[in-house]
Amino acid sequence: MDKFKVDQELIAKIDRILESYDYDDNSVVNILLEIQSHIPENYIPEEVAKYVGIELGIPTSKVYDVITFFSAINDKPKGRHVVQLCKSSVCRLNKYQTIRDVLEEELKIKMGETTKDGQFTLQYSTCFGACDISPAFRIDDKVYGNLTKGKIKEIINTYRGL
Amino acid sequence: MKNCTITIDNKEVTVPEGTSILEAAKKVSINIPTLCNHPDQTVKANCRICLVETKPGKLETACSTKVRDGMTINTVSKLVRDTQRGVLELILANHPQDCLKCIRNGKCELQKLCEMFHISKSNLEDEIDALEKDESNPSIVRDHSKCIKCNRCIEVCQEVQGVSILSHAHRSTKYCITPAFEKKLVNTLCVFCGQCTSVCPVGALYEKDDTEKVWNALYNDNLHVIVQIAPAVRVSIGEEFGAKPGTKVTGKVVAALRRLGFDKVFDTDFTADLTIMEEGHELLDRINRGGTLPMITSCSPGWINYIEGFYPQLLDHLSSCKSPQQMFGALSKTYYAKKLDLDPSQIFTVSIMPCTAKKYEAERKEMSSYGYRDVDAVLTTRELARMIKSASIDFLNIEEENFDEPFGITTGAGVIFGVTGGVMEAALRTVYEVVTEHELENLDFMDVRGLEGIKEATVDLNGTPIKVAVAHGLSNAKKILNQINEGKSDYTFIEVMCCPGGCIGGGGQPIGSTMKVREERIKGIYDVDKVMPLRKSHENPAVKELYEEFLGQPLGKISHKLLHTTYSPRSEKIDFDYLQWNNEIALTEE
Amino acid sequence: MNRTVNIISKNFKKYNPESIEEYLELGGFEALKKAIEMGPQEIISTLKTSGLKGRGGAAFSTGRKWEYSANVKGDKKFIICNADEGEPATFKDRYLLEYDPFKVIEGMIIAAYTTGSTNGYIYIREEYKYLHNKVRKAIELAEKHGFLGKNILGSGLNFNIKVVSGAGAYVCGESTALIESIEGKSGRPRLKLTRTSKQGLFGLPTLVNNVETLAAVPPILEMGVEEYIKYGTHTSKGTKLISLCGNVNKPGAYEVPFGITLREIIYDIGGGIKDGKQLKFLQLGGASGAIIPAKLIDIKYCYEDLEEHGASVGSGAILVADETNKVTHFLKSVQDFFIHESCGKCTPCREGNRQLTKIINRFVTGNASVEDLKTVEKFANVMKYASFCGLGQTAPTALLTAIKYFPVEFYQQIDRIRKTS
Repeated sequence: MDKFKVDQELIAKIDRILESYDYDDNSVVNILLEIQSHIPENYIPEEVAKYVGIELGIPTSKVYDVITFFSAINDKPKGRHVVQLCKSSVCRLNKYQTIRDVLEEELKIKMGETTKDGQFTLQYSTCFGACDISPAFRIDDKVYGNLTKGKIKEIINTYRGL
Repeated sequence: MKNCTITIDNKEVTVPEGTSILEAAKKVSINIPTLCNHPDQTVKANCRICLVETKPGKLETACSTKVRDGMTINTVSKLVRDTQRGVLELILANHPQDCLKCIRNGKCELQKLCEMFHISKSNLEDEIDALEKDESNPSIVRDHSKCIKCNRCIEVCQEVQGVSILSHAHRSTKYCITPAFEKKLVNTLCVFCGQCTSVCPVGALYEKDDTEKVWNALYNDNLHVIVQIAPAVRVSIGEEFGAKPGTKVTGKVVAALRRLGFDKVFDTDFTADLTIMEEGHELLDRINRGGTLPMITSCSPGWINYIEGFYPQLLDHLSSCKSPQQMFGALSKTYYAKKLDLDPSQIFTVSIMPCTAKKYEAERKEMSSYGYRDVDAVLTTRELARMIKSASIDFLNIEEENFDEPFGITTGAGVIFGVTGGVMEAALRTVYEVVTEHELENLDFMDVRGLEGIKEATVDLNGTPIKVAVAHGLSNAKKILNQINEGKSDYTFIEVMCCPGGCIGGGGQPIGSTMKVREERIKGIYDVDKVMPLRKSHENPAVKELYEEFLGQPLGKISHKLLHTTYSPRSEKIDFDYLQWNNEIALTEE
Repeated sequence: MNRTVNIISKNFKKYNPESIEEYLELGGFEALKKAIEMGPQEIISTLKTSGLKGRGGAAFSTGRKWEYSANVKGDKKFIICNADEGEPATFKDRYLLEYDPFKVIEGMIIAAYTTGSTNGYIYIREEYKYLHNKVRKAIELAEKHGFLGKNILGSGLNFNIKVVSGAGAYVCGESTALIESIEGKSGRPRLKLTRTSKQGLFGLPTLVNNVETLAAVPPILEMGVEEYIKYGTHTSKGTKLISLCGNVNKPGAYEVPFGITLREIIYDIGGGIKDGKQLKFLQLGGASGAIIPAKLIDIKYCYEDLEEHGASVGSGAILVADETNKVTHFLKSVQDFFIHESCGKCTPCREGNRQLTKIINRFVTGNASVEDLKTVEKFANVMKYASFCGLGQTAPTALLTAIKYFPVEFYQQIDRIRKTS
């Protein structure tokens, strides 16, 4: 795997984000979400957590608490696009397994894994309120429901840039 | 103040408005069981043991619920007892059941509850978090497979000490108390004060046990094993054998140590007096030559770790004096070795301390002279008590004995090092007389005594008023440091003790160090000081002899080499050079 | 006969939610003007008469809640619109934010006026990220038109609203946990030594209301409370947004009058069970709700009738399960949810969920023992009575009602030879 650089560009982005929140330590949850969206591996590395803690005056242990508590903030690297398949009660009634099988086939990985090129992570999630179009999955911020095998292929391809 | 009349278990009682059910029950002799509750801390109500029935079918926690006029409370209904047992069984299903091998066997709050509830086998399947023990540092062991998540350690680390190394993290069954990124304590800015070990109700946080090390030295006929006892130990160790906190048991400790096989038993108070000589002259020197002021005491290693980690830019303010423990150690390998015509390699110096950070201090690189460690092993009060018990010594009834000379001759100024304000008072007793050349009428500087977080006093030194401050607990030290940082500090001399109450409240003291107990230990110390024949460090004849025979002058060349030290920043570096792509990519369920 | 109504949901898909002009054309912000004329006292008594209860699930009287808040003095007071909507099978708030954001904003402004609040937050769950900027734009437009900011409509009210994002934690739907998260901490519920209305966000007076509760206020004021309470039953007045989903033909968020039967909801509104299957059970109120067997579908959908059968309206979710579903297997989905979402702080919920998960897994694989049934019921009750917050208290509801209504299914999964440990 390539080594990624946390370079001046990323620090500048982080500083801009902190600035836009007025360095308000109360906004650390939203700040971390926004920083995470600028990191290709979709997570908060340790050094970034320390830096944010120092800039906001929050002990690193508390920043770590926030990172590990919330499901949307990741403490370990993921793919560029995170595909989240709902496995909660409604989607189970509506047979999420059919969607899972198509996704696993299409991406050639199993649930919980990341593609070798670092593009996609496939994982389960809890209910995200798309029960009326269940079974459903999310890719990054977008929600997809009322699916067919063909539609799923199409959706994945748009993220592949095809 | 309005009153409420309530009924608890069919007994009526009237209490002031705002009283918790827990407190109200005590008034009718009912001690509702608790676990996460601690008298010195905020109410947490997360263990859910102290449930009571406040309305049919409604359970509330007694610690957090205030009484309401007319309330009828039942603490022994079927619902209450079944639910309490259920909660306890749930805790046990997640807790290793190796009590016989646990350091807290017999002193564990969870064990007490099990006994009280007459717990037997439940139908639950045990599931214990198989987490690695953190034994990375010389002072504290973290075994969080035993953690019951009461959060007491978090409160002491974040609020009382303001260090915030420990915090909770994760969710659900992964919820745990941990330093950031699950690092081992030695890789964090933990100051090793051990306050967390003092409040932990179970065996999840405890002192590193060095008793085997000391036993091995005692077995070794080739070693001359000597021991020094800190001031705080003499009014606290009796608690481990049933005595009240603050009971003076000095003579008994000396006797017990001799039974264990120590060749000589000495008193750290001696080097406390020595510290006053060196530090008092250092202070005067700085005042006269325009050195860095305010000068801050340096005998508390937890405090040293703190300032090195969090305020490295202020290190110049620290006195360069070693702590009494380390001064003793340095002398033991040089002056004492020569006196006994022994090679330093044959001397094994042990200290008995109320402190876990002292173990870290003894291992510092700077704490050695001519290649020999000043102090070879540090035992906390708790460890010594275990040694004494394992040697079947009937501690409370043993005949008292005296310290050995020369390091057994001490003054009251040395003994008060064990309490907050003690170092300051001892220093003032000497500095005042040295500067004014007048005898002090009243040796008791009441302004610097007591449990208030920050205490101030002004002393008149020949017409010049000198402002001094005393702080205990690191969150109070932080306030003082911030003042210095901002250039707003008008103090000349500051005493900082890492632990609340000073050393008598140290992390290595007998379990159960509440504020109330600390008060009693403090009283014990001042009672010892009051009746000592000598109460000023500069009057200690053995100290005078030491200077004449060996050291020369305070701050002289030999003092400088053996009795003074240097400090260095402990900052965590931010490494932005590169981020590594870990192959341990987030794996979710299934 | 489809008995859906259009009071709270009047504007759904009737206007472009990015255009405040279109909202105004439909009568938007008239309720706010009326509220300013009425004054706080009359608004509060109107809400009390309307019987409006908290629509997030707690069902506390909105009139009384606003009254408490109005009586707290403070220079800075907060209103938080709880749009965390984490309850599985619930998506009605999503509809409100997506199709009628101005209505929610209008409700908040009326709440601010009534309670003397100065700052508002809309806490939207991270999973609704695609709506965050839309709601922000709606707020901007409301500001531009003088409905937010200083001296709103000359009433003397200064009020502004900010959107804050959640970060993927169901427990943050609980008001104290939500407040913790806005304060930059992990969302673990707080000990409520003082009411949130006195000491909430940043230690200041705070009113927390669900999206639907706030959105219900403008229509009630506009049409008049006497008209509104013509709908519903004697104790459950008015209408409710339900989220109908599962094995039905027409899942969606609908508005129904209280008192409608479950049968009407499932068959008349929901179009009946998919693929011609038979109904087996319902779960009412989301994952934390009770399981109701098909034989009870003629009961009325209202607070009092549901409570009689051990269920509650909760979030308004109605999950429909057909005959192909085993109750024990369904419970696994509920249990997996709660063990994932528990904050971990208190023993009964953390350890209780851990143990319940193990045992329910054994029921699913058919390896349960006879003791398992007793144990699981015992600890479900421990969780119910001892947990720190509503999550732990209601997590075992589905299990306990399932044991009550479908005991045979549990017996079928017991391996008679097996004994636990």
